[in-house]
Amino acid sequence: MNLDLNLDQLIQQLAQQLKDDPIMTHAPKMVGIRTGGEWIAQRLHSALNLSEPLGVLDISFYRDDFSRIGLHPTVRPSHIPWTVENAHIILVDDVLYTGRTIRAALNELFDFGRPQQVLLTTLLERPGCRELPICAHYVGARLECHQKIKLSGPDPLQLNIIEDNREIA
Amino acid sequence: MALVARDIQLDEHKRLKHLLTLEGLKAHHLNEILDLAETFFDPATGELKKVPLLRGKTIMNVFFEPSTRTRTTFEIAEKRLSADVVNLNIATSATKKGESLLDTLWNLEAMGADMFVIRHADSGAAHFFARHVAPHVHVLNAGDGRHAHPSQALLDMFTIRKHKGDIYDLKVAIVGDILHSRVARSQIQALSILSAREIRVVGPDTLMPTCPEALGVHVYHDMDAGLEDVDVIIMLRLQNERMSGARLPSEKEFFKLYGLTEQRLARAKADAIVMHPGPINRGVEIDTAVADGPRSVILDQVTNGIAVRMAIMAVIFSNAAQRQQEETAS
Repeated sequence: MNLDLNLDQLIQQLAQQLKDDPIMTHAPKMVGIRTGGEWIAQRLHSALNLSEPLGVLDISFYRDDFSRIGLHPTVRPSHIPWTVENAHIILVDDVLYTGRTIRAALNELFDFGRPQQVLLTTLLERPGCRELPICAHYVGARLECHQKIKLSGPDPLQLNIIEDNREIA
Repeated sequence: MALVARDIQLDEHKRLKHLLTLEGLKAHHLNEILDLAETFFDPATGELKKVPLLRGKTIMNVFFEPSTRTRTTFEIAEKRLSADVVNLNIATSATKKGESLLDTLWNLEAMGADMFVIRHADSGAAHFFARHVAPHVHVLNAGDGRHAHPSQALLDMFTIRKHKGDIYDLKVAIVGDILHSRVARSQIQALSILSAREIRVVGPDTLMPTCPEALGVHVYHDMDAGLEDVDVIIMLRLQNERMSGARLPSEKEFFKLYGLTEQRLARAKADAIVMHPGPINRGVEIDTAVADGPRSVILDQVTNGIAVRMAIMAVIFSNAAQRQQEETAS
Protein backbone atom coordinates (compact mmCIF):
# COMPACT_ATOMS: atom_id res chain seq x y z
CA MET A 1 0.00 0.00 0.00
CA ASN A 2 1.38 3.41 -0.94
CA LEU A 3 1.40 6.19 1.60
CA ASP A 4 -0.22 9.39 0.52
CA LEU A 5 2.98 11.44 0.69
CA ASN A 6 4.68 13.33 -2.09
CA LEU A 7 8.33 12.34 -1.81
CA ASP A 8 9.66 15.00 -4.19
CA GLN A 9 7.80 17.66 -2.26
CA LEU A 10 9.13 16.42 1.08
CA ILE A 11 12.70 16.38 -0.21
CA GLN A 12 12.28 19.86 -1.68
CA GLN A 13 11.00 21.10 1.65
CA LEU A 14 13.96 19.56 3.54
CA ALA A 15 16.41 21.03 1.04
CA GLN A 16 14.89 24.46 1.56
CA GLN A 17 15.11 24.16 5.36
CA LEU A 18 18.76 23.13 5.09
CA LYS A 19 19.51 26.03 2.73
CA ASP A 20 18.19 28.41 5.37
CA ASP A 21 20.19 26.79 8.17
CA PRO A 22 23.39 28.50 9.39
CA ILE A 23 25.30 25.24 8.73
CA MET A 24 25.38 26.26 5.05
CA THR A 25 27.92 28.97 5.88
CA HIS A 26 30.38 26.28 7.09
CA ALA A 27 30.85 24.31 3.84
CA PRO A 28 28.89 21.32 5.20
CA LYS A 29 29.52 17.72 4.18
CA MET A 30 26.74 15.16 3.88
CA VAL A 31 26.47 11.54 5.00
CA GLY A 32 23.62 9.14 4.22
CA ILE A 33 22.90 6.01 6.23
CA ARG A 34 22.68 2.94 4.01
CA THR A 35 20.31 2.11 2.38
CA GLY A 36 17.27 4.40 2.56
CA GLY A 37 19.16 7.31 4.05
CA GLU A 38 21.71 7.12 1.25
CA TRP A 39 18.96 7.51 -1.38
CA ILE A 40 17.44 10.53 0.37
CA ALA A 41 20.91 11.99 0.87
CA GLN A 42 21.67 11.64 -2.87
CA ARG A 43 18.62 13.81 -3.64
CA LEU A 44 19.42 16.37 -0.96
CA HIS A 45 23.08 16.45 -1.92
CA SER A 46 22.32 17.42 -5.50
CA ALA A 47 19.54 19.83 -4.45
CA LEU A 48 22.01 21.67 -2.18
CA ASN A 49 24.79 21.42 -4.76
CA LEU A 50 27.40 20.51 -2.13
CA SER A 51 30.99 20.53 -3.32
CA GLU A 52 32.31 17.59 -1.26
CA PRO A 53 31.16 14.11 -2.42
CA LEU A 54 28.47 12.31 -0.46
CA GLY A 55 29.62 9.98 2.32
CA VAL A 56 27.87 6.69 3.12
CA LEU A 57 27.65 4.96 6.49
CA ASP A 58 26.89 1.27 6.85
CA ILE A 59 26.20 0.90 10.56
CA SER A 60 26.05 -2.93 10.57
CA PHE A 61 29.22 -3.24 12.69
CA TYR A 62 27.93 -0.64 15.16
CA ARG A 63 24.43 -1.98 15.84
CA ASP A 64 23.65 -2.73 19.47
CA ASP A 65 21.81 -5.96 18.63
CA PHE A 66 24.69 -7.90 17.03
CA SER A 67 24.87 -10.35 19.92
CA ARG A 68 21.08 -10.88 19.66
CA ILE A 69 20.46 -11.17 15.92
CA GLY A 70 23.89 -11.35 14.25
CA LEU A 71 25.18 -9.50 11.22
CA HIS A 72 23.09 -7.92 8.51
CA PRO A 73 23.65 -10.18 5.49
CA THR A 74 24.38 -7.37 3.03
CA VAL A 75 26.96 -5.37 4.95
CA ARG A 76 29.23 -3.21 2.81
CA PRO A 77 32.00 -0.84 3.84
CA SER A 78 31.24 2.70 4.94
CA HIS A 79 32.81 5.28 2.68
CA ILE A 80 33.64 8.73 3.99
CA PRO A 81 35.74 10.36 1.25
CA TRP A 82 36.78 13.40 3.35
CA THR A 83 38.10 14.23 6.81
CA VAL A 84 35.54 14.10 9.61
CA GLU A 85 37.78 16.07 11.96
CA ASN A 86 36.26 19.54 12.51
CA ALA A 87 33.70 19.02 9.72
CA HIS A 88 30.13 20.34 9.78
CA ILE A 89 28.10 17.29 8.84
CA ILE A 90 24.52 16.83 7.68
CA LEU A 91 23.52 13.30 8.65
CA VAL A 92 20.61 11.90 6.62
CA ASP A 93 18.36 8.91 7.25
CA ASP A 94 14.99 7.81 5.91
CA VAL A 95 13.04 7.17 9.14
CA LEU A 96 13.75 8.25 12.71
CA TYR A 97 12.18 5.65 14.97
CA THR A 98 13.82 4.28 18.15
CA GLY A 99 16.95 6.40 17.66
CA ARG A 100 19.24 3.36 17.80
CA THR A 101 20.36 3.67 14.18
CA ILE A 102 21.38 7.29 14.76
CA ARG A 103 23.25 6.30 17.95
CA ALA A 104 25.19 3.72 15.92
CA ALA A 105 25.83 6.22 13.11
CA LEU A 106 27.16 8.83 15.55
CA ASN A 107 29.48 6.27 17.14
CA GLU A 108 30.82 5.29 13.76
CA LEU A 109 31.27 8.92 12.67
CA PHE A 110 33.29 9.60 15.79
CA ASP A 111 35.57 6.67 14.96
CA PHE A 112 36.55 8.66 11.85
CA GLY A 113 37.25 11.85 13.81
CA ARG A 114 35.71 14.64 15.88
CA PRO A 115 33.18 16.58 13.83
CA GLN A 116 32.53 20.20 14.75
CA GLN A 117 28.78 19.78 14.28
CA VAL A 118 26.35 17.04 13.27
CA LEU A 119 22.90 18.05 12.08
CA LEU A 120 20.31 15.29 11.68
CA THR A 121 17.62 15.34 9.04
CA THR A 122 15.24 12.48 8.25
CA LEU A 123 12.55 12.11 5.63
CA LEU A 124 10.06 10.69 8.14
CA GLU A 125 9.69 10.34 11.85
CA ARG A 126 7.66 7.97 13.99
CA PRO A 127 7.39 9.90 17.23
CA GLY A 128 6.34 8.29 20.49
CA CYS A 129 8.52 5.22 20.09
CA ARG A 130 11.88 6.81 20.79
CA GLU A 131 14.12 4.73 23.04
CA LEU A 132 17.08 7.10 23.17
CA PRO A 133 17.33 10.87 23.67
CA ILE A 134 17.79 11.67 19.98
CA CYS A 135 15.78 14.06 17.80
CA ALA A 136 16.16 15.41 14.28
CA HIS A 137 16.65 19.04 13.30
CA TYR A 138 14.53 18.74 10.19
CA VAL A 139 11.87 16.12 9.45
CA GLY A 140 9.87 15.80 6.21
CA ALA A 141 6.69 14.31 7.72
CA ARG A 142 5.50 12.65 10.92
CA LEU A 143 3.77 9.28 10.98
CA GLU A 144 2.01 7.37 13.74
CA CYS A 145 4.15 5.10 15.85
CA HIS A 146 2.38 1.96 14.56
CA GLN A 147 2.88 2.92 10.90
CA LYS A 148 5.85 0.85 9.81
CA ILE A 149 7.12 1.91 6.44
CA LYS A 150 9.72 0.77 3.97
CA LEU A 151 11.44 2.90 1.42
CA SER A 152 12.29 1.24 -1.89
CA GLY A 153 14.54 2.78 -4.47
CA PRO A 154 16.63 4.46 -5.56
CA ASP A 155 14.68 4.78 -8.81
CA PRO A 156 11.78 5.12 -8.44
CA LEU A 157 11.87 6.15 -4.80
CA GLN A 158 8.73 4.77 -3.14
CA LEU A 159 7.23 4.53 0.32
CA ASN A 160 5.24 1.48 1.38
CA ILE A 161 3.48 0.56 4.58
CA ILE A 162 4.83 -2.69 5.99
CA GLU A 163 2.13 -5.16 6.89
CA ASP A 164 4.21 -7.71 8.79
CA ASN A 165 5.65 -7.27 12.27
CA ARG A 166 9.34 -7.30 11.43
CA GLU A 167 11.27 -4.38 12.76
CA ILE A 168 12.83 -2.30 10.04
CA ALA A 169 13.98 0.81 11.82
CA MET B 1 20.47 -42.86 14.75
CA ALA B 2 22.35 -40.92 12.10
CA LEU B 3 24.56 -43.08 9.92
CA VAL B 4 27.09 -40.31 9.43
CA ALA B 5 28.30 -38.33 12.41
CA ARG B 6 27.38 -34.67 12.20
CA ASP B 7 30.23 -32.35 11.26
CA ILE B 8 31.01 -30.77 14.60
CA GLN B 9 32.08 -27.47 13.07
CA LEU B 10 28.57 -26.86 11.68
CA ASP B 11 25.32 -26.30 13.57
CA GLU B 12 22.00 -27.96 12.73
CA HIS B 13 21.39 -25.36 10.00
CA LYS B 14 24.87 -26.04 8.53
CA ARG B 15 26.19 -22.69 9.69
CA LEU B 16 29.78 -22.41 10.85
CA LYS B 17 30.13 -22.87 14.60
CA HIS B 18 33.85 -23.66 14.80
CA LEU B 19 36.45 -23.48 12.05
CA LEU B 20 38.55 -26.63 12.25
CA THR B 21 39.10 -27.56 8.61
CA LEU B 22 37.77 -26.55 5.20
CA GLU B 23 36.84 -30.15 4.49
CA GLY B 24 33.07 -30.49 4.23
CA LEU B 25 32.43 -26.77 3.74
CA LYS B 26 30.60 -25.40 0.70
CA ALA B 27 31.51 -22.48 -1.56
CA HIS B 28 28.93 -20.27 0.18
CA HIS B 29 30.66 -20.77 3.56
CA LEU B 30 33.95 -19.59 2.07
CA ASN B 31 32.48 -16.77 0.02
CA GLU B 32 30.58 -15.40 3.01
CA ILE B 33 33.89 -15.01 4.86
CA LEU B 34 35.79 -13.64 1.85
CA ASP B 35 33.05 -11.10 1.05
CA LEU B 36 32.80 -9.94 4.65
CA ALA B 37 36.60 -9.57 4.87
CA GLU B 38 36.44 -6.97 2.10
CA THR B 39 34.06 -4.78 4.10
CA PHE B 40 36.61 -4.31 6.90
CA PHE B 41 38.87 -2.28 4.62
CA ASP B 42 38.08 1.44 4.65
CA PRO B 43 37.64 2.25 0.94
CA ALA B 44 38.91 5.79 1.46
CA THR B 45 42.22 4.82 3.10
CA GLY B 46 42.65 1.07 2.48
CA GLU B 47 43.20 0.62 6.21
CA LEU B 48 41.52 -1.90 8.48
CA LYS B 49 39.16 -0.02 10.74
CA LYS B 50 38.47 -0.94 14.33
CA VAL B 51 34.82 -1.82 14.87
CA PRO B 52 32.93 -2.54 18.11
CA LEU B 53 31.47 -5.85 16.91
CA LEU B 54 32.90 -8.26 19.52
CA ARG B 55 32.99 -5.92 22.50
CA GLY B 56 32.61 -7.96 25.67
CA LYS B 57 33.77 -11.20 24.07
CA THR B 58 36.92 -12.87 25.36
CA ILE B 59 39.14 -14.64 22.85
CA MET B 60 42.05 -16.77 24.00
CA ASN B 61 44.92 -17.52 21.62
CA VAL B 62 46.23 -20.83 22.87
CA PHE B 63 49.47 -21.67 21.12
CA PHE B 64 51.20 -24.96 21.88
CA GLU B 65 53.56 -24.34 18.98
CA PRO B 66 55.53 -21.22 18.16
CA SER B 67 54.09 -18.74 15.66
CA THR B 68 54.75 -15.13 14.76
CA ARG B 69 52.53 -14.25 11.80
CA THR B 70 49.46 -16.29 12.63
CA ARG B 71 49.37 -15.42 16.33
CA THR B 72 50.05 -11.74 15.76
CA THR B 73 47.52 -11.34 12.94
CA PHE B 74 44.91 -13.18 14.99
CA GLU B 75 45.63 -10.85 17.89
CA ILE B 76 45.35 -7.74 15.71
CA ALA B 77 42.14 -9.08 14.12
CA GLU B 78 40.63 -9.68 17.57
CA LYS B 79 41.60 -6.20 18.72
CA ARG B 80 40.19 -4.62 15.54
CA LEU B 81 36.90 -6.31 16.45
CA SER B 82 37.16 -4.87 20.00
CA ALA B 83 37.32 -8.28 21.70
CA ASP B 84 39.30 -8.84 24.90
CA VAL B 85 42.39 -10.83 23.98
CA VAL B 86 44.41 -13.27 26.08
CA ASN B 87 47.57 -14.87 24.69
CA LEU B 88 48.74 -18.15 26.15
CA ASN B 89 51.99 -19.79 25.27
CA ILE B 90 51.25 -23.21 26.70
CA ALA B 91 54.60 -24.69 25.71
CA THR B 92 56.10 -22.80 28.62
CA SER B 93 53.17 -23.09 30.97
CA ALA B 94 50.83 -25.41 32.86
CA THR B 95 51.24 -28.55 30.76
CA LYS B 96 54.88 -28.49 31.79
CA LYS B 97 53.61 -28.92 35.34
CA GLY B 98 51.69 -32.03 34.32
CA GLU B 99 48.19 -30.58 33.82
CA SER B 100 46.25 -32.44 31.15
CA LEU B 101 45.03 -30.68 28.00
CA LEU B 102 41.42 -30.96 29.08
CA ASP B 103 42.09 -29.53 32.52
CA THR B 104 43.86 -26.60 30.91
CA LEU B 105 40.89 -26.11 28.58
CA TRP B 106 38.28 -26.24 31.32
CA ASN B 107 40.23 -23.80 33.45
CA LEU B 108 40.45 -21.33 30.58
CA GLU B 109 36.75 -21.80 29.96
CA ALA B 110 36.06 -21.03 33.62
CA MET B 111 37.93 -17.75 33.11
CA GLY B 112 35.22 -16.74 30.64
CA ALA B 113 36.58 -17.60 27.20
CA ASP B 114 34.08 -17.23 24.35
CA MET B 115 36.48 -18.43 21.67
CA PHE B 116 39.73 -20.39 21.53
CA VAL B 117 42.21 -19.93 18.71
CA ILE B 118 44.36 -23.01 18.88
CA ARG B 119 47.65 -24.09 17.39
CA HIS B 120 49.07 -27.48 18.24
CA ALA B 121 51.70 -29.83 16.83
CA ASP B 122 49.29 -32.78 16.85
CA SER B 123 46.82 -33.28 14.01
CA GLY B 124 43.28 -33.29 15.37
CA ALA B 125 44.01 -31.11 18.42
CA ALA B 126 41.46 -28.46 17.42
CA HIS B 127 38.77 -31.12 16.88
CA PHE B 128 39.58 -32.50 20.31
CA PHE B 129 39.05 -29.08 21.87
CA ALA B 130 35.85 -28.48 19.90
CA ARG B 131 34.37 -31.75 21.15
CA HIS B 132 34.90 -30.74 24.77
CA VAL B 133 34.10 -27.03 24.97
CA ALA B 134 30.83 -25.67 26.39
CA PRO B 135 28.07 -25.11 23.78
CA HIS B 136 28.57 -21.33 23.63
CA VAL B 137 32.35 -21.55 23.15
CA HIS B 138 33.91 -21.56 19.66
CA VAL B 139 37.17 -23.06 18.44
CA LEU B 140 39.31 -21.81 15.56
CA ASN B 141 42.07 -24.00 14.27
CA ALA B 142 45.24 -21.95 13.77
CA GLY B 143 47.16 -25.00 12.55
CA ASP B 144 47.21 -28.59 13.86
CA GLY B 145 50.12 -30.84 12.97
CA ARG B 146 50.06 -31.80 9.30
CA HIS B 147 46.28 -31.65 9.17
CA ALA B 148 44.84 -28.20 8.47
CA HIS B 149 45.36 -24.45 8.60
CA PRO B 150 42.02 -23.15 7.35
CA SER B 151 42.47 -19.43 8.11
CA GLN B 152 45.73 -19.41 6.11
CA ALA B 153 44.03 -21.04 3.13
CA LEU B 154 41.16 -18.54 3.33
CA LEU B 155 43.49 -15.55 3.39
CA ASP B 156 45.28 -17.06 0.39
CA MET B 157 41.97 -17.36 -1.49
CA PHE B 158 41.20 -13.75 -0.55
CA THR B 159 44.59 -12.64 -1.90
CA ILE B 160 44.16 -14.62 -5.13
CA ARG B 161 40.66 -13.23 -5.64
CA LYS B 162 41.87 -9.69 -5.05
CA HIS B 163 44.75 -9.92 -7.54
CA LYS B 164 43.39 -12.35 -10.13
CA GLY B 165 39.60 -12.25 -9.87
CA ASP B 166 37.38 -15.33 -9.88
CA ILE B 167 39.17 -18.48 -8.79
CA TYR B 168 37.32 -20.87 -11.12
CA ASP B 169 39.23 -19.48 -14.08
CA LEU B 170 42.71 -20.00 -12.62
CA LYS B 171 45.56 -22.48 -12.74
CA VAL B 172 47.38 -22.67 -9.44
CA ALA B 173 50.67 -24.42 -8.65
CA ILE B 174 51.61 -25.30 -5.07
CA VAL B 175 55.34 -25.96 -4.87
CA GLY B 176 57.63 -27.63 -2.37
CA ASP B 177 57.08 -29.65 0.78
CA ILE B 178 53.51 -30.88 0.21
CA LEU B 179 53.92 -33.86 2.57
CA HIS B 180 54.41 -31.93 5.80
CA SER B 181 52.26 -28.94 4.90
CA ARG B 182 48.90 -28.38 6.59
CA VAL B 183 48.79 -25.15 4.58
CA ALA B 184 48.95 -27.08 1.29
CA ARG B 185 46.19 -29.45 2.39
CA SER B 186 43.87 -26.60 3.32
CA GLN B 187 44.74 -24.67 0.16
CA ILE B 188 43.95 -27.67 -2.03
CA GLN B 189 40.60 -28.04 -0.29
CA ALA B 190 39.81 -24.33 -0.66
CA LEU B 191 40.76 -24.29 -4.34
CA SER B 192 38.63 -27.40 -4.97
CA ILE B 193 35.62 -25.96 -3.13
CA LEU B 194 35.94 -22.75 -5.17
CA SER B 195 36.33 -24.84 -8.36
CA ALA B 196 39.76 -23.66 -9.50
CA ARG B 197 40.37 -24.68 -13.11
CA GLU B 198 43.53 -26.61 -12.33
CA ILE B 199 45.43 -27.36 -9.14
CA ARG B 200 49.00 -28.58 -9.46
CA VAL B 201 51.39 -29.77 -6.79
CA VAL B 202 55.07 -29.59 -7.62
CA GLY B 203 57.89 -31.19 -5.64
CA PRO B 204 60.12 -34.22 -5.17
CA ASP B 205 58.58 -37.61 -4.57
CA THR B 206 60.01 -37.69 -1.04
CA LEU B 207 57.97 -34.59 -0.11
CA MET B 208 54.67 -35.78 -1.63
CA PRO B 209 51.92 -37.58 0.29
CA THR B 210 51.38 -41.23 -0.67
CA CYS B 211 48.66 -40.64 -3.23
CA PRO B 212 48.42 -36.92 -4.01
CA GLU B 213 46.13 -37.55 -7.03
CA ALA B 214 43.42 -38.54 -4.56
CA LEU B 215 43.25 -34.87 -3.56
CA GLY B 216 42.17 -33.97 -7.10
CA VAL B 217 45.48 -32.39 -8.08
CA HIS B 218 47.94 -32.84 -10.93
CA VAL B 219 51.38 -33.95 -9.75
CA TYR B 220 54.60 -32.59 -11.26
CA HIS B 221 58.10 -33.56 -10.26
CA ASP B 222 59.62 -31.19 -12.80
CA MET B 223 59.43 -27.57 -11.67
CA ASP B 224 59.58 -26.01 -15.13
CA ALA B 225 56.75 -28.16 -16.44
CA GLY B 226 54.71 -27.54 -13.28
CA LEU B 227 54.90 -23.78 -13.60
CA GLU B 228 54.05 -23.67 -17.32
CA ASP B 229 51.16 -21.27 -17.93
CA VAL B 230 49.96 -20.97 -14.30
CA ASP B 231 48.26 -17.85 -12.89
CA VAL B 232 49.29 -18.34 -9.28
CA ILE B 233 52.43 -19.86 -7.73
CA ILE B 234 52.27 -20.76 -4.05
CA MET B 235 55.68 -21.59 -2.59
CA LEU B 236 55.81 -23.60 0.63
CA ARG B 237 58.41 -23.56 3.36
CA LEU B 238 60.64 -26.59 3.83
CA GLN B 239 59.44 -27.84 7.21
CA ASN B 240 62.62 -29.18 8.74
CA GLU B 241 60.98 -29.39 12.18
CA ARG B 242 58.42 -31.89 10.91
CA MET B 243 60.84 -34.10 8.98
CA SER B 244 61.97 -37.30 10.61
CA GLY B 245 65.22 -38.28 8.94
CA ALA B 246 66.66 -36.74 5.82
CA ARG B 247 64.21 -36.53 2.95
CA LEU B 248 66.46 -34.24 0.97
CA PRO B 249 70.11 -34.48 -0.04
CA SER B 250 70.65 -30.80 0.81
CA GLU B 251 68.91 -27.41 0.83
CA LYS B 252 71.26 -26.33 -1.92
CA GLU B 253 70.12 -29.13 -4.16
CA PHE B 254 66.48 -28.42 -3.33
CA PHE B 255 66.94 -24.82 -4.42
CA LYS B 256 68.56 -25.97 -7.63
CA LEU B 257 65.62 -28.22 -8.47
CA TYR B 258 62.63 -26.46 -6.88
CA GLY B 259 63.72 -22.98 -5.86
CA LEU B 260 61.68 -20.19 -7.46
CA THR B 261 64.00 -17.97 -9.47
CA GLU B 262 63.15 -15.25 -11.98
CA GLN B 263 64.11 -17.63 -14.74
CA ARG B 264 61.60 -20.24 -13.54
CA LEU B 265 58.95 -17.60 -12.88
CA ALA B 266 59.11 -16.76 -16.61
CA ARG B 267 57.46 -20.15 -17.28
CA ALA B 268 54.26 -18.98 -15.64
CA LYS B 269 51.85 -16.48 -17.18
CA ALA B 270 53.25 -12.99 -17.59
CA ASP B 271 50.91 -11.63 -14.89
CA ALA B 272 51.22 -14.59 -12.51
CA ILE B 273 51.50 -13.78 -8.81
CA VAL B 274 53.87 -15.37 -6.29
CA MET B 275 52.64 -16.29 -2.82
CA HIS B 276 54.21 -17.81 0.29
CA PRO B 277 52.59 -18.39 3.69
CA GLY B 278 55.82 -17.44 5.47
CA PRO B 279 58.24 -17.59 7.06
CA ILE B 280 60.30 -17.64 3.87
CA ASN B 281 63.69 -19.32 3.59
CA ARG B 282 65.53 -17.14 1.12
CA GLY B 283 67.77 -19.19 -1.14
CA VAL B 284 66.07 -22.45 -0.11
CA GLU B 285 62.63 -22.40 -1.71
CA ILE B 286 62.60 -18.87 -3.09
CA ASP B 287 65.18 -16.49 -4.52
CA THR B 288 65.43 -13.07 -2.89
CA ALA B 289 64.88 -11.31 -6.22
CA VAL B 290 61.51 -13.08 -6.59
CA ALA B 291 60.45 -12.75 -2.95
CA ASP B 292 61.00 -8.99 -3.08
CA GLY B 293 60.03 -8.62 -6.75
CA PRO B 294 56.99 -6.97 -8.35
CA ARG B 295 55.05 -10.23 -8.75
CA SER B 296 55.34 -11.16 -5.07
CA VAL B 297 52.19 -10.58 -2.98
CA ILE B 298 53.72 -12.19 0.12
CA LEU B 299 53.35 -9.13 2.36
CA ASP B 300 49.86 -8.40 1.04
CA GLN B 301 48.93 -11.91 2.23
CA VAL B 302 49.90 -10.87 5.75
CA THR B 303 47.67 -7.78 5.73
CA ASN B 304 44.81 -9.73 4.18
CA GLY B 305 45.23 -12.29 6.95
CA ILE B 306 44.00 -9.74 9.48
CA ALA B 307 40.82 -8.93 7.50
CA VAL B 308 40.06 -12.58 6.78
CA ARG B 309 40.53 -13.58 10.43
CA MET B 310 38.23 -10.72 11.46
CA ALA B 311 35.64 -12.07 9.03
CA ILE B 312 35.92 -15.67 10.29
CA MET B 313 35.32 -14.56 13.87
CA ALA B 314 32.51 -12.16 12.93
CA VAL B 315 30.71 -14.88 10.97
CA ILE B 316 31.00 -17.42 13.78
CA PHE B 317 29.70 -15.01 16.44
CA SER B 318 26.96 -13.79 14.08
CA ASN B 319 25.82 -17.37 13.51
CA ALA B 320 25.82 -17.94 17.27
CA ALA B 321 23.60 -14.89 17.77
CA GLN B 322 21.16 -16.12 15.14
CA ARG B 323 21.11 -19.56 16.72
CA GLN B 324 20.37 -18.05 20.12
CA GLN B 325 17.57 -15.94 18.69
CA GLU B 326 15.98 -19.01 17.07
CA GLU B 327 16.19 -20.90 20.34
CA THR B 328 14.51 -18.04 22.23
CA ALA B 329 11.81 -17.77 19.58
CA SER B 330 10.96 -21.48 19.55
